[in-house]
Amino acid sequence: MSVSIKDVEYVAKLARLEFSEKEKVKFTEELNSILKYVEKLSEVDTSGVEPAIGAYPMYNALREDEISPSLDREEILKNAPDKQDGYFKVPKVID
Amino acid sequence: MHKKTVHEIRDLLRRKEISSVELTKIALERINSIDDRLGAFISVYGEQALEAAKDVDRKIASGEELPDLAGIPTALKDNMNMKGTKTTCASRMLENFVSPYDAGVTERLKENGAVIIGKTNMDEFAMGSSNETSYFKKVRNPYDLERVPGGSSGGSAAAVASGEVYYSLGSDTGGSIRQPAAMCGVVGLKPTYGRVSRYGLVAFASSLDQIGPFTKDVEDCAIVLNAISGKDERDSTSADVKVEDFTKYLNRDIRGMRIGMPVEFFGEGISEDVRKIIIDAVEVFKSQGAEVKEISLPMSRYALEVYYILASSEASSNLARFDGIRYGYRAESYSDAVDIYTKSRSQGFGDEVKRRIMLGTYALSAGYYDAYYKKALQIRTLIINEFKEAYKNVDIILSPTSPTTAFKLGEKINDPLSMYLSDIYTVPVNIAGIPAISIPAGLSNGLPVGLQLMGNYFEEGTLLKAAHAFERATEHHRIRPSI
Repeated sequence: MSVSIKDVEYVAKLARLEFSEKEKVKFTEELNSILKYVEKLSEVDTSGVEPAIGAYPMYNALREDEISPSLDREEILKNAPDKQDGYFKVPKVID
Repeated sequence: MHKKTVHEIRDLLRRKEISSVELTKIALERINSIDDRLGAFISVYGEQALEAAKDVDRKIASGEELPDLAGIPTALKDNMNMKGTKTTCASRMLENFVSPYDAGVTERLKENGAVIIGKTNMDEFAMGSSNETSYFKKVRNPYDLERVPGGSSGGSAAAVASGEVYYSLGSDTGGSIRQPAAMCGVVGLKPTYGRVSRYGLVAFASSLDQIGPFTKDVEDCAIVLNAISGKDERDSTSADVKVEDFTKYLNRDIRGMRIGMPVEFFGEGISEDVRKIIIDAVEVFKSQGAEVKEISLPMSRYALEVYYILASSEASSNLARFDGIRYGYRAESYSDAVDIYTKSRSQGFGDEVKRRIMLGTYALSAGYYDAYYKKALQIRTLIINEFKEAYKNVDIILSPTSPTTAFKLGEKINDPLSMYLSDIYTVPVNIAGIPAISIPAGLSNGLPVGLQLMGNYFEEGTLLKAAHAFERATEHHRIRPSI
């Protein structure tokens, strides 16, 4: 499989990234060389093999549903690029 | 003083031959005098460290019995949170991010009286094998300033090798502790997945990431592992496995220990000088009474490909949180909410991070999921099974840590694939989730070579036992760079 500049534009949109025309060419080449490299995986017969969920069998980590302190709102908002009245502030998204 | 180990410093503190404040000042002076050349630190918190040191000195003066790490200067890779200080991940995206809480490991170190002196440089978001992708500056190898320290925890490795601090913590997703440990001539351990809490570690690839120590020798490694291991309710993948006193594995006999050498880890791509040093190391184990045999791990030949699919896919998902809204970099001009995401991410992330997000997004996108992501997970199962099978016949598996010694700055940065190959012997370990240690095995042309020992799940003790036996028979761990 190989990717075109159009594919790179599509994937970039999914990933919320944008590139200059020059970067698009570079990323297309690099992605193609990495994809060519990982193509080796198709040699392996994986019919009937379960996909690994993690490094070793793990189980749901359950706990009692108890109220416990969470991080302080003001403390969290200190890192926000824009805020107002205890909220994160964003441009209008609905007209 | 800066050439000493943690256990030597601990003994000096206990005998009151030096105070923690004196040690902290020595460390700060050392950083001040060499770090403009080395580039290992992103932030240094001198005053805060001196306060912590004074606190320990007061306790020592009052005759309190203190943990091994009390009063000893250390550093954290800059992807671990420490309340009230910056956690940048060496990215423009988090240049001004201030941690609102302590990571699990930070808490543990503080409980142990550690003096945390600063945060170390790294590849951006831990993506890289040379420390050249840091947004701020490059880290240089203390053995040769024209060479890379390895990565991604290059700052943590260089800081310990050069004696800026006595030990440090790094994170290892595909070799990011072991490979720089090898290239900087120090001991680096990646514990079993789940052994150490990942709470407060900025996630790269959640099913592969694990925190571990950099130290000058194996005894120090056991001491630091004691302090940071154990279940943490806030990391649902942290394992509820009893934490032993790992120092009990030191000074033990290894007669009859079965060591496997996988042929796949000695093939194409390994440089001749590295091979020779590793073969010499094998003789040391044999002379200690270990049984060394050749084994085969054929699925490990696919590990690097599996790694790049899985790590990039997980990264593309984990890094989706950087949206320019809640924290992190926000572009100055934008037209609407989606444009905030797109512009902030495009300006905030560097090329290697974008490359992995792109690869991961592609691998997870409709139509390609089965061919890439699912396929990689299936081969992950085969790799796990192969290791499990191997440990029926051997106690540990031995290999080089990296196929070459430290390469020159700039040598591989424009060729992603050749850079990725420097992790070829370390990634199978993360895919399987087993523990592995890199220990100094000698110098070649003045550059350190690392020996990797891989153990069965939760058998860090066996690794420490073998590594310490090697150390007792050799002098490689006493070598220090001249910087």
